[in-house]
Amino acid sequence: MSILDKFSDPALCKTLLDKIHAELKDELRFMEVCGTHTVSIFRSGLHTLLPDKIIHLSGPGCPVCVTHDSEVALFLELAARDDVIVTTFGDLIRVPGPGGGNLKKAQAEGARVSVIYSPMDALTIAKENPDAKVVFLGVGFETTAPTVAATLQMARRMGLDNFLVLSFHKLVPPAIRALGSDPEIRLQGLIMPGHVSTIVGIEPYQFIAKEFGLPAVVTGFDPLDVLQSLLEIIRQRNEGRAEVVNLYTRAVHDIGNPRAVEIMNEVFTEADALWRGIGMIPGSGLVLSEAYEQYDAMKQLGLELKEVKPLAGCRCGDILKGKMAPNKCPLFGKACTPAKPVGPCMVSTEGSCAAYFKYHTDL
Amino acid sequence: MDDKRILLDYGSGGKASQRLISELFMHHFDNPMLTQMDDAAFLNIQGPLSMSTDTFTVDPIFFPGGNIGSLAVHGTVNDVAMLGAKPLYLSCAYIIEEGLEFSVLEEIVISMAKAAKEAGVAIVTGDTKVVPKGTVDKIFINTTGVGQMIVEDYPSGSKARPGDAVIISGTMGDHGLTILAQREGLTFDTPVESDCASLNGLTQRLIEEVGDIHVLRDPTRGGLATTLNEIAGQSGVGIDVEEDAIPVNDGVRSGCSFLGMDPLYLANEGKLICILPGDKADKALELLRSEPLGTGAVCIGTVTEDNAGKVILVTPLGGRRMLNMLEGEQLPRIC
Repeated sequence: MSILDKFSDPALCKTLLDKIHAELKDELRFMEVCGTHTVSIFRSGLHTLLPDKIIHLSGPGCPVCVTHDSEVALFLELAARDDVIVTTFGDLIRVPGPGGGNLKKAQAEGARVSVIYSPMDALTIAKENPDAKVVFLGVGFETTAPTVAATLQMARRMGLDNFLVLSFHKLVPPAIRALGSDPEIRLQGLIMPGHVSTIVGIEPYQFIAKEFGLPAVVTGFDPLDVLQSLLEIIRQRNEGRAEVVNLYTRAVHDIGNPRAVEIMNEVFTEADALWRGIGMIPGSGLVLSEAYEQYDAMKQLGLELKEVKPLAGCRCGDILKGKMAPNKCPLFGKACTPAKPVGPCMVSTEGSCAAYFKYHTDL
Repeated sequence: MDDKRILLDYGSGGKASQRLISELFMHHFDNPMLTQMDDAAFLNIQGPLSMSTDTFTVDPIFFPGGNIGSLAVHGTVNDVAMLGAKPLYLSCAYIIEEGLEFSVLEEIVISMAKAAKEAGVAIVTGDTKVVPKGTVDKIFINTTGVGQMIVEDYPSGSKARPGDAVIISGTMGDHGLTILAQREGLTFDTPVESDCASLNGLTQRLIEEVGDIHVLRDPTRGGLATTLNEIAGQSGVGIDVEEDAIPVNDGVRSGCSFLGMDPLYLANEGKLICILPGDKADKALELLRSEPLGTGAVCIGTVTEDNAGKVILVTPLGGRRMLNMLEGEQLPRIC
C-alpha cells in the first residue's frame, strides 16, 4: 500500500467510523466548504456509513457553482466578439447563462473558445494569434489565483500585449463569514478546503472559532481526512471547544505559502464580488491591480458587469448555502440533469447537485 | 508514389486514384477478394451473420499504443465479435484531408493491415475520398465488419440474469486517458498507453470452451460505468460492483486524480465485459488469464434481482453508491 492509499485504508477508516459512532452525542450539522470534499464523501460511500445524526451540508466551495449569472453573461458577450479568443478551463463551457446559452453552444456557432489545462497555455495561444485579443476567464479561489497571477507576470516578461484576464476570482473566508452570519443555516462545524489553505494557511479562518464559536478543520480529500475531521469536530463540541485545526499537515503549512500570496497580492487587489445564489459579498473578489491594468479585460475591452436575473426555478443559491439538499430542488433530476443542467451546481464535476445525481441514492 | 502529400487528384477516380489504390491499399491489404477490382467483393459465407460499422475520427491520429488505422480495425472487429461471431471481413472507407502527408497515410494503412492480419480478418472492399483542406481533420476512417456467428444463443446486453458473475478482462481507462493526455500534451510520471487490441480470439475461446456466455460487451466510449448501466437497463437487472476489484493502471489512476476524471467513465479499446452464470466464473477467469490480452481478468461483481436497471458500487469502505451512466462528457476541473 502506497503512502497515499493509506488515507483511504478501509481498516483505518473503520476504526474512525467506530469512534464517531461511539463519541457522537447530539445531532451534528457540518458543512464541507469545498466541492472536492463533497465528491469525496459521495464517491467513497461515506454518506451511507456515517450516523444518521450527522447532517451533511455542501457549501459554496465550487468555483463554477458560485460564478454569477451576470459573469456568465459577460463570458458569452466576450465569445460573441470577432476579435476575441476566449480561453477557459473545461468546467465553465457548459455553465448556462441568461437565455440558456453557454460557451459550448457559442463555440458551435463559430465563437473562438479554447479549452485549456493551464493559464500558461493561453499565452501560447496569444503568441500564435497576434491579431486577436486572447482573454482568459479567471474563475477560481485562492488555489487558482496565484497561478493566474504568475501567468500575468510571464505575459509581462514576454511582452505579450494581446493577452487579457477577465478576473472573477473569489475569496473563501468572506463567503464563510457571510454563511456564518446567516441564522438560518445553523452550522455546528466546518470542514475547510485543504488546497485553499496550501496558499493562505489557517490564519484567515480564525474568525470562525472566535466570532461564531464553530470548530473548523482544514483537511485533505481522502476518506480518512474527512472522518478524522468529523471526529475532531465531535470532540471539540463534546468538550465545549471551538478551534481552527490543521489536520492536513502533509500538504498545508499553518502559514500557507507566503511566496504564492505575495505574487497574488502583487497582481490582484480585493474587490466586492457577486456570488451566485448569495449575492454581493464585500471584499470577496480579486480584480487586477493598477500595476496590471493593461491586462485587465474589463478595462481594456470596455466591459461592464450588468446584473442579470437568476435563472427561473434554479435553487442553486439555497443549495450553496446549505439550506436545501440538492435532491429536494423541484428541478433536480427532471428539468435539471448533468446532460442538461439548469444551474451550475449540476454542471460542475464538483457541484453538489452533480454529486447527488451521480452518486446518491436511497439504498 | 513520388508525391509527398495527398492531393485532391487522389480522390478523383482517375489515374492518381488508381495509383493510390494499387500501390498503397492493394499492396498492404493484399487478398484475392480485393484484387478482383470489381465494384463489390464476392464473399462465399453462410449465415447467420453479425455485422457492425463504426467511424473513427480520433484526435490525435497517432497515440501511444496505436493509431487511427489500428483502432479502426480493432474497434469494428471487437463489435462484431461481441455478438458471438468470428469476424471475417472488413470494409474500410477513408475521408482524407488534402495535404495529408503520404507517409502518414502509409503508416496508418500498414498498421491496419497488421491489425487485420493479427485478427484473422480480410479487408475486402474500400473507398477513398480526398476533401479540400480544412473540411476534415486529417483523416477519418469508416470500417464495417462481417462475421459468422459461432453460437446460436448469442450473447446480448439483454441476457444478464440474477446470479451471473461480471468479469472484465483487465485494467480500465487506459485508452481514454492516453488520448486525452496526448491531445492536451500532458505527461505523467507513470506513462499511459492505449489498450487498443482485437479481442475476437478471447471471445471465441470463451464461447467455445466455457459456453453459456450471457453478455459480451467492449466498454468503449462512456467506459465501464456506462456499459454496465446499459446492460442493467437492457436486462432489467441490478448489478453490484466491488470498487476494490476493478483494476486501474497507476498512470491512469494518478492522471485521473490530477484531472478530476473517473477512470470508470473513460474509453477502453482492448477490454471486454463478460457476464455468465456464477458457477462458470472461475473457468472463464482461468481461460482469460491464460491469454496475453486477458492476464488482468477479474470478477468485479454480480448481477442481482434488486435495484433493477441500476449499477451499485460497493466502495472499499463498505459504503454503497450509484455508479450512474455518463451524462454529457467528463470535464477537467478548475482546482
